[in-house]
Amino acid sequence: MNFDIAIVIAIEMNIKVQNISKSYNKIKAVDAVTFEVNSGELFGLIGPDGAGKTTIFRILTTLLMPDEGNATVAEYDVVADYKAIRSSVGYMPGKFSLYQDLTVEENLEFFATIFGTTLAENYALIADIYIQLEPFKDRRAGALSGGMKQKLALCCALIHAPKVLFLDEPTTGVDPVSRKEFWQMLKRLQLKGITILVSTPYMDEASLCDRIALIQKGKILKIDAPQVITANYEKLIYDIQSKNTHGLIHDLKNYSSHYSVYAFGEFIHYIDKNVDFKPEDLQQYLEEKNHSDIIIKKAETTIEDVFMDL
Amino acid sequence: MKRFIGFVRKEFYHIFRDKRSMFILFGMPIAQIMLFGFAITNEINNVKIAVLDKSKDTETQKIIQKISNSTYFDIEQELSSESQIEAVFKRGKVKAVLVFENDFIKQLQTEKNAKVQVITDATDPNIANTISNYVTAMLQNYMQDKNKINNQKHQIETQTQLFYNPELKSVFTFVPGVMTVILMLVSAMMTSISITREKEMGTMEVLLVSPIKPIQVIIGKVFPYIFLSIINAAVILLLGYFVFKMPIEGSLFLLAVESVLFIICALSLGILISTLSNSQQTAMMISLFGLMLPVILLSGFIFPISSMPLPLQIISNIIPAKWFIIIIKAIMLKGAGFSIIWKETLILVGMTLLFISVSIKKYKIRLE
Repeated sequence: MNFDIAIVIAIEMNIKVQNISKSYNKIKAVDAVTFEVNSGELFGLIGPDGAGKTTIFRILTTLLMPDEGNATVAEYDVVADYKAIRSSVGYMPGKFSLYQDLTVEENLEFFATIFGTTLAENYALIADIYIQLEPFKDRRAGALSGGMKQKLALCCALIHAPKVLFLDEPTTGVDPVSRKEFWQMLKRLQLKGITILVSTPYMDEASLCDRIALIQKGKILKIDAPQVITANYEKLIYDIQSKNTHGLIHDLKNYSSHYSVYAFGEFIHYIDKNVDFKPEDLQQYLEEKNHSDIIIKKAETTIEDVFMDL
Repeated sequence: MKRFIGFVRKEFYHIFRDKRSMFILFGMPIAQIMLFGFAITNEINNVKIAVLDKSKDTETQKIIQKISNSTYFDIEQELSSESQIEAVFKRGKVKAVLVFENDFIKQLQTEKNAKVQVITDATDPNIANTISNYVTAMLQNYMQDKNKINNQKHQIETQTQLFYNPELKSVFTFVPGVMTVILMLVSAMMTSISITREKEMGTMEVLLVSPIKPIQVIIGKVFPYIFLSIINAAVILLLGYFVFKMPIEGSLFLLAVESVLFIICALSLGILISTLSNSQQTAMMISLFGLMLPVILLSGFIFPISSMPLPLQIISNIIPAKWFIIIIKAIMLKGAGFSIIWKETLILVGMTLLFISVSIKKYKIRLE
C-alpha cells in the first residue's frame, strides 16, 4: 500500500510595506510609502531617477533600516528577522554587482556556494537564461555587454531558487532587444511561482507588470494594474507631427487652450484644456504657423502620459 | 565551511588576476629589500681618499698599501703638506684624508703608540662616520696581525675611538625595517582595499543579502593575506640571510610566531580601516598616511627613536611596528628568547585585540 502524504506548507511569499519613511540628512527619500505585493505577483515600482525606488529596495532587502513604519517580506520583518530574509530572497542591485574579474562561470559558482547550493542543483531554474550565456562562460564578467551582464546578474540572483526576487532597475543601460528578452524571462520566472518586485525608470515596461506603483519624490502617486491606470485616464491625448518638430513644440505651447505638450517618440503628445476641442482648429493654427505635413490623430494613453500628468 | 572555501578561492582569483596586487605582493618586497640593501646603504665602496704621509717610512707604506688594496678605498692623491687638505676637500672628490704623524715608525717602536689622524668630509655625516670606522678597523686589524706575528703590543691610535661594530652594518637595520614595512603594507593596505572594493563595486550589497555571515566575509578576506604575508616574510628573511648575510641568532620558530602575530595585528588594523572608509581611495590614503609614514618614520626603522624629540618618542609607542622591530632585531641579532621580548609581544597582542574588538563593534551589517 502506498501512503503518499503531501504536506503543503502554505507560506505567504508576499511583501507588505506600511508607512515606510526614510531620510538622508533631512532630505526625505521615501515618504510614508505603503503598498503590498501579493504572492506570485510581478509588481513594478515605476518612477524617475531619484524617486526613492532604490531606497525602498534596500529597506526591503534589509540593507537599510526605515526611520518610520514597518515592512515584511515573506512574513519576515525587515528589521527583526533580517537574517531570515537575507538567506531566502534573491536581490539584484541597480549597479552591476558581480565580480568583473571573475568569469561568468566562476561568478555563478561563487554565488551558488555562498548560498549553500550548486549550479547543477538549480540549473533548471536558470537554464533558459544561462543557455545564452554559456558560450561566454569562460569570459570575464567585466568584458560582457550590458545585456549579458544583466542576464548573468539575474542568474546569480536566482541560483538559490529564491521565492521572492528583488530587481532594482534591471534594464537600465541595456539595449531594447535585451530589455525585451529580459522581461520575457521575468514572465517565465513568475510562472514558476516567484514573487517579483521590479523597478524601472522606463514607462513602456510598466505595462508588462501585473500591478504597478507610480512613485515620485519618495511618494507613491498611484497603485493599480497598468491597464486600469491608463483606462481611468480621462483626458484625450493627440499624436501630433509636422516637419519642424522643434518649432512645433514651441507653437503648440503658445496655443491658447493647450493643457500639456511633450515629446513622445516621433510624435508630440498634446492635451487640450477644452472638452470640445476640435483638431481642425489646431490644424488651421499650425498651418498659419507655416507647418507642413501636419498629422493630428488620437493617441493611445500610456503610463508615461499618466505619469506626466501626476 | 564550503562557503568559506568558496569565498577564499574567490579572493585568490582577485589577487592573482590583478597585476597591481601581484606587484605589491611580490615585486615590492624584493625591490625594496634590494634597494635598501644595495643602493640606500651606509656602507662604502671605492671611496676616494688622500694620504698625507709625514713620516714616509716602511710601516706607513705598508699601511697605505693595505688601505689602497682594499675595495673600500682608492687612494686618489698623496699630499705633501697640511695646507693642501682643505683644497682637496673643496674639490669634492676626496671624502677623507689620512694623516700619518712624523716619525711614525719610531713612535710605534719606542712609544708603542703611533697616531693617525682621519679627517673626513662631514657634509655627509653618515658616510664620514662610516669611513672613520672603516679606517680605524683596518688599522687595528693591521696592528693585530702584526702584533700576533711579532708578539708585541704596538698600537696605532686613530682619532676616532669607535671600534668596528657589526650592528652598524646598515643592512642589519634595513632587513627588519623592510620586513615590517612590507608586512604592514601587504596586510593592512591590501585587506582594507580589498574589503572597500566590495563596497565600492556594490558587491558588498549582494554579499550582505546572502546567508554568508559578516565574520565569514572578514575571515575570508583576511585569510589569503595571512598566507601571502607569511610567504613574503619568508622571502625577505631568505634574501637577508643569503644575499646580505644577515644573521639569525635566535630561534626561527619564535621569529615565525612573532611574525604571524604582527601580521595578524596589521590585518586587524586593515579591517579597522575598511570599516572607516567607503572607497578604495580613502582606504589607501588612510593606509599610506596613517600607517606607512609612521611605520617608516617613527618606528625606529630609519631614524633612531632615542634621538627623536620627546613628543615623537611618546607617539612612537602606539605604533605596532616599533615593537615588532624591537622584537625581530632582538631575535635575529642578539639571539633573544621569549623571556627577553615577552613585554613587547604582550603589547602587540594587546593592540591586536583592541583593533579586532573595535572593528567588530564598527562593522556594519547594513549599508549605513
